[in-house]
Amino acid sequence: MRAMTESLTRQADSLTPEFIAEADELVSHYPVSKRSASLPLLHLWQNHFGFIDDSAMEWIAARLDLTPVNIIELVTFYPWFRREQAGKTIIRVCRTLACALAGSYEVKDKFCQAVGLNPDCEHHGFGHAPPTTADGKFSVEFVECLASCGSAPVALINDDLVENIKTSEIPSLVESYK
Amino acid sequence: MVSLLPTPHPKERRIIFGNISKPGYSPDIETYLAHGGYESLKKALGMKPNEIIDMVKAANLRGRGGAGFPAGAKWSFIKYDDGKPHYIVVNADESEPGTFKDRYILHQDPHQLIEGLAIAAFATNVHLSYIYIRCEFPKAAKIVWEAIKEAKAKGFLGKNILGTGFDLDIYVHQGAGAYICGEETSLLESLEGKRPYPRIKPPYFPAVLGLYMKPTIVNNVETICHVKHILAMGPEEYAKMGTPGDGGTRTMCVSGDVQRPGFYEIPCGGVTLGELINDVCGGLKPGRTLKAVIPGGSSAKVLRAGETFKMKVKGPDGQMVEKEVPLLDLVMDASTLQAAGTMVGSGGVMIMDDTRDMVWALNNLNQFYAHESCGQCTPCREGSLWMSKVTTRIIDEGARPDDAKNLKNIADNIAGRTVCAFGEACSWPTQSFLAKFPDEFEKRVK
Repeated sequence: MRAMTESLTRQADSLTPEFIAEADELVSHYPVSKRSASLPLLHLWQNHFGFIDDSAMEWIAARLDLTPVNIIELVTFYPWFRREQAGKTIIRVCRTLACALAGSYEVKDKFCQAVGLNPDCEHHGFGHAPPTTADGKFSVEFVECLASCGSAPVALINDDLVENIKTSEIPSLVESYK
Repeated sequence: MVSLLPTPHPKERRIIFGNISKPGYSPDIETYLAHGGYESLKKALGMKPNEIIDMVKAANLRGRGGAGFPAGAKWSFIKYDDGKPHYIVVNADESEPGTFKDRYILHQDPHQLIEGLAIAAFATNVHLSYIYIRCEFPKAAKIVWEAIKEAKAKGFLGKNILGTGFDLDIYVHQGAGAYICGEETSLLESLEGKRPYPRIKPPYFPAVLGLYMKPTIVNNVETICHVKHILAMGPEEYAKMGTPGDGGTRTMCVSGDVQRPGFYEIPCGGVTLGELINDVCGGLKPGRTLKAVIPGGSSAKVLRAGETFKMKVKGPDGQMVEKEVPLLDLVMDASTLQAAGTMVGSGGVMIMDDTRDMVWALNNLNQFYAHESCGQCTPCREGSLWMSKVTTRIIDEGARPDDAKNLKNIADNIAGRTVCAFGEACSWPTQSFLAKFPDEFEKRVK
């Protein structure tokens, strides 16, 4: 288990009735097998807390009549889930061919510079947060194809798809998320 | 959102994107109803389920997700009255590099998908369905979920749909950033809450042992959307738009080095590659010449400018004759591209001009596949990573004399030796780049 998740605060101790009601609503979407609600509950959790700690995996497993390893094996598989806090704004630059042809490597470097990150620091997944600024405001990472190749290069900034990115516009784009 | 021309190109025929391109069209149900929405569902509910399947068969609708399997045949594997629960899962995990059509349908015309899905469900005795949307489309998931609630409120979903006694619930399920979940059996494992390792076929054909081990149809977003149009225009009219065996329209997604990248809805077989590049997409950038084309998503084998292909084509007298067909004269349909040794796949056409380095392009794709291999099968887990390491090293340090041979050897030992088609998907780029551009690898040898 990673250091950040060994903190004494357990996310599961601060659940609100609203959160639990939302979780139960998601479980109700899977009348055949509660286990199907694993990903939806992990999304709900990460959207709420920013990352997934040990107590989260224990709580979700218990809610779905599973053992924690059934949840851990998902968190370690899917690149979307992380065990550490990421920046408030996450900039996910598409790395794959059409975007790369349109300059996505420069785009990623420029985003790193604009938020104050070392462009060489890499993100290797396995639950780690993407490289994040010291003030916790921004994370920048490469992701694989975002399915918008016709308007390359693109990035997903939080929930917003930004298309046809010009490197000259990146500083003002970053500014708009501060 | 960009990518759609305000007025259709003369080569286009907008069926799926017919409404989306109208000024003021929005994804809410009132707009959809004002544009004739849910009329096909009403019609379907008055038909016999097998009549609907026969219409889809007669329309020659092939899957638009990549494999190109005939949709009517897929549906007819489901035995209507076998007493088991059946499911339909819509594959909205669009993640094949080069493909970007479903994103726009989900965001801009979600009711088209829901209507098609309700018709498909009625035809195959399905009462519970999921739309699996990749989590990188967070807004699409919200829009589709809103649309489902709207449709339910109007009686198009839920219990006793339009008083016919037919019940259907649809839910949105979000992925979590893994390309492998676009593989249908992996998608089902993911939906069951498990690590999404693809299942081996046989025995785990979704139509037999699918979601929760029950008969299941997995269809791509665009495929399901076509269903309502087949009912609306009739299968003969629909099939006529395409070629024999490949009916209707197909959305071609064009990216890379052309003047006007974007997606274009074109009757199947309605353009040649040359027309698509030079006419529909406005040609290459000034002063550039064509170097390479990946015609059907990143897994499709690359084609080299200037290549010709021996294939049987219909002569002026209607007889089939063997002919040498130049690259730019290839018709963009399933059978022609197959005859050219590649595939129409998901319709993602990536164009590269003479400024591009083919080793660099292959390395980009190799890194993608190394990142996305699920790790279940050793040849793919190890091989995709090796291929990526070798091409990265060639770029960083120059090639060793036997690198090309080794790359080919690795790729040849993945394809055909894995549980799912990812093995082929990750080997075909390496195999085809080596076969088509050997000079680019040779000149890297130090």
